[in-house]
Amino acid sequence: MREAIREYIKVNMIHDKKYPLKDDEDLFKGGLVDSFSLTELAVFIEDKFSIHFADPELTVANMRTLDHIIRNLEAKQAK
Amino acid sequence: MSRRTLIEYAQYHFEEHPFRSAVTFVHADGSELPHNYFTFFHEAADYAAALEGAGITAGDLVVLVMEQSVSVMAAFWGALLIGALPSIFPFINEKLDAEHYYSSIRQLIGFESVRAVITFAKFEPDLRATLAGLPVEIITTETLKAVGDPAVYFARPAPDPEATAFLQHSSGSTGLQKGVMLSHRAVINQIQEYEEAVDVMSDWNVIASWLPLYHDMGLIAAFILPFKVGVHLVIMSPFEWVRQPVMLLQAITRHHATHVWLPNFAYNFMATRIRDAALTGVNLAELRWVINCSEPVYAESHRVFLKKFAPYGLKESALRVCYAMAENTFAVTQTARKTLPRIDVIDRRRFAEDKIAAPAENDAPYMEIVSCGVPLPNTQVRVIGVEGTVLPDRHVGEIELLSDCMLTGYYQRADLNPFHDGWFMTGDMGYLADGELYVTGRKKDLIIVAGKNVYPQDIENLLNAVPGVHPGRVVAFGVPNAQLGTEDIAVLVEAETDTLLDDDEQRGDIVREVRARIAANTEVTARYVEVLPPRQLIKTSSGKIARSANRDRFLEGLEA
Repeated sequence: MREAIREYIKVNMIHDKKYPLKDDEDLFKGGLVDSFSLTELAVFIEDKFSIHFADPELTVANMRTLDHIIRNLEAKQAK
Repeated sequence: MSRRTLIEYAQYHFEEHPFRSAVTFVHADGSELPHNYFTFFHEAADYAAALEGAGITAGDLVVLVMEQSVSVMAAFWGALLIGALPSIFPFINEKLDAEHYYSSIRQLIGFESVRAVITFAKFEPDLRATLAGLPVEIITTETLKAVGDPAVYFARPAPDPEATAFLQHSSGSTGLQKGVMLSHRAVINQIQEYEEAVDVMSDWNVIASWLPLYHDMGLIAAFILPFKVGVHLVIMSPFEWVRQPVMLLQAITRHHATHVWLPNFAYNFMATRIRDAALTGVNLAELRWVINCSEPVYAESHRVFLKKFAPYGLKESALRVCYAMAENTFAVTQTARKTLPRIDVIDRRRFAEDKIAAPAENDAPYMEIVSCGVPLPNTQVRVIGVEGTVLPDRHVGEIELLSDCMLTGYYQRADLNPFHDGWFMTGDMGYLADGELYVTGRKKDLIIVAGKNVYPQDIENLLNAVPGVHPGRVVAFGVPNAQLGTEDIAVLVEAETDTLLDDDEQRGDIVREVRARIAANTEVTARYVEVLPPRQLIKTSSGKIARSANRDRFLEGLEA
């Protein structure tokens, strides 16, 4: 799951396959994802892993880093 | 009776129909904060009293550093009521670097001799520290006293119609923003013509908007216009909308909104990001004007928007186009009533080589240009060639305009003269055909991303000191993204040494720093960041980085 999302950001969002994207890298302050592409990322995750985000869950705080995203997805799957 | 200032219109609404809906602020959870003219102008009068209490008088500049809210609108009117000049600044968000944000605010406030700042308590400590030593009063919404009486202010003589009513800041290529001075006369003249052009005069019309008020489209179309005309405005935060774009459509449904203004990217954004499941109950049948404005219009964006929302009642006839700028108060041209925007199919080769927009024939490579409509009756438009001569129809040149709703000048910037024989030089390129205006690009390399104007120089200046980047060997430009209906930003930088590129980690560090600096210091993010080997950027004969040649080569690479 983590690697699929990392690949998606690198290939589809920033078009930089070789970018060494770290697990704790801030996607927003780091300028990789902005508030418009946040929903694009969410749609990818939903389609790929059959998970549903309610709109209020799509916050920068919840999606700030790969670690945050994975933690949130795991919590959702555990429910 | 003819009213010649915004104050007289406010007084009319306050006295004639105080309990009519003025503005309703909606949240994503559906909760709403309604205001009628009575409650709204009482709040505005509280701000007027606080400003006068702080010694602010007519002609003083008052800056509003406030999130989207009814408060910022009331503070704006509070300043207007005492003849002070309000101006709404963008507020800080979690992406921006606080130090950079506050230092640019201090620079502008010091430069323009701003006399007062109105803000929310949460921003006050940082603003106070930022503005230390400047003779500026800071007023917070939370310390306002409910003592204002609108009647007191309305009883005073109305201001001179020629007096500046407010400033609208627009970005300049040197970083420091320019304050566009607009008189009461200019604003009233603009709205008199525009309200008719978009058929919004009757009081049953409702305007819905997520547009930020520090931008001309939000400020005029979705704030000043409804208050001048007396129609209900339903407004929300751009930050809430971007997270939950369906909230705009829900608000349109609930309030039977008839008019909405959107930048082009929003058509693609809403068409692709709103799930069908979220659209239950949405009804767009009463929407008569969906006006595409403030960035280049793609015919395809209208198609995807219509396809997605026609099942929910959206009519094709609602989709219109407007060309506007702060310097003309707002609209220059608008799709005429009862017509669809024309789509001009022109010969791509003749456009590129001869600067002529010739209709494409047979199998020639073509491009679609969407008409921005006809000039407002009070605005003349002409197209000027490189020699300064007026060009005939279908010849591409710089767009100039002459109207009775133009800016007076840029605030405290007598060094800037945007006029040519009294005509305003827009810096936009385009052509006229059969009385309609087609905008094809910019004279300078302005990038427009999701309705925000960004100068490539501002991005390039941020990147000269990135470790590993050869100083001065950077270039930024816009890349059209038809899928998003806007432009992406691409940045190319040269590495100082070849060896930096051999190592993914070292190259990654450069990319990381470039992206972070752009994110922290501008309102945009870069989509493409490429680190090139030394001496790979194309330069002009005089040794400067050739922006358009590097852009062309990059675009060829993308298509390959």
